[in-house]
Amino acid sequence: MTARKTSEPFWWALFSAGGVVAAFLVPIHLFLHGIAVPLGWVSADVTSYERMRALFGHQLVKIYLFVLIALPLYHWAHRFRFTLYDLGLKDLRTPIAILCYGAAVIGTVATVWVLLLV
Amino acid sequence: MNAPTAEKARLYYPKMPVTWWLRNLRYFLFMMRELSSVFIAIFLVVFLVQIAALARGPEAYTTFMRKLESPGWIIFHVVALLFALYHSYTWFDLTSKVQVVRLGGRQVPPPRVTAVNIGLWLVLSLVILLLFLFA
Amino acid sequence: MNDPTITLKVTRYRPEHDSAPSAQIYTVPYRQDWVVLDALNYIKDKIDGTLTFRWSCRMGVCGSCGMMVNGVPKLTCAAFLRDYYPHGIQVEPLKNFPIIRDLVIDMSDFMQKLRSVKPWIIRETEKPLSEGEYLQTPEELEAYKQFSMCINCMLCYAACPVYGLEPTFLGPAAIALGYRYNLDSRDQGRKERQPIIASHEGIWECTFVSECTVVCPKDVDPAAAIQRSKVNTTLDWFKSVLLPWGER
Repeated sequence: MTARKTSEPFWWALFSAGGVVAAFLVPIHLFLHGIAVPLGWVSADVTSYERMRALFGHQLVKIYLFVLIALPLYHWAHRFRFTLYDLGLKDLRTPIAILCYGAAVIGTVATVWVLLLV
Repeated sequence: MNAPTAEKARLYYPKMPVTWWLRNLRYFLFMMRELSSVFIAIFLVVFLVQIAALARGPEAYTTFMRKLESPGWIIFHVVALLFALYHSYTWFDLTSKVQVVRLGGRQVPPPRVTAVNIGLWLVLSLVILLLFLFA
Repeated sequence: MNDPTITLKVTRYRPEHDSAPSAQIYTVPYRQDWVVLDALNYIKDKIDGTLTFRWSCRMGVCGSCGMMVNGVPKLTCAAFLRDYYPHGIQVEPLKNFPIIRDLVIDMSDFMQKLRSVKPWIIRETEKPLSEGEYLQTPEELEAYKQFSMCINCMLCYAACPVYGLEPTFLGPAAIALGYRYNLDSRDQGRKERQPIIASHEGIWECTFVSECTVVCPKDVDPAAAIQRSKVNTTLDWFKSVLLPWGER
């Protein structure tokens, strides 16, 4: 008898992958895009529109950005779902699961769409 | 004498309050660890909106970047960074305890695995920083 | 009176006339080498014979005397008064379990869960007696030994907020013991245990709070057992999805 019955392993695998990406890659990007650039610590040559467009428009960079943004969304979805359970909302199990993973899926689609536009 | 009838004694069922995680420091830190995923997700959405602004054109991009300079957003990102660093640290610490690493037939002690992960994180961050600045 | 004393605030619950538990204060002699269990036995012997609690070996191997000591699940035979003196000590029944009387909790839920993971060697094929005993190398023993140290004291269930919020959760000790048998080289029963362990109420309820590992008096590390079970169940799941012909 396999553990096939429940889909939990699938979401847990995505949670783990997202957790690895978030752990290794998110802090530096947070620092760069949320703090260093807005505070003017980076020269205008680097942050100019033309340069940023060229950098984020590069195919390989787009693939990297997809991994960076989409995977941690599943990490959030799984973790937030169980946080809501741990805060006593166990009666709303199914709607919570649908909302959380649904949001992550929507986020993934949005990420693909935006990256295709750049 | 007939068998004694056991009156089913009333069990007392204690209730668990939803504020259970305020009971001790470890529970509280656990909640903070879980909460870190929310801040990371919000940052990534903001970052995606930034990329979308980039796609829309120079005016949209400049307008958006100006919004990020506001004190509110800077404070958000500083708080989010603290949570993200906490996620990274707890992730490396916990995964090293869960995933047994064997080298040459002996188990590598978890603190060493954690240290290697932290080192790898530092190197990756530096590489990304350099690529962002000079690529 | 010059002999030092220490105050214990102990939960009382007498179902025949109490609707809810309440606390009763006792003052007992303070002795350097006494543990909380000694203090409770002093109360029962000398002050209040109606106080009800479980205990047995008084040396940390039977798992009977688990209670909340100042809000922390502990074996009362291992909680020394000197670590709390001169402050008072609050003694309550183990959290997350229904209370039968005073400090005694109803452990039938745990017993049922323990049985459900089949904590014994399961063989698909039995060796005939003439072939002798099942041999095991020191390395094979090392693989599961840590998880075999569980004394079923249930401190981990008292520590686990997931179990407190959702009593259907299989819980740390049961999963760790199932895992112990899965890792045993003599065992062939993993397939039989998986439906229980890898169910929604099994490993997937766990959110890795890790308090179970913190309070375990035998260093079993049930949290590690649960997470490792998640890893190998997930690997199995992907194998069964991506390589379905591998089954049977």
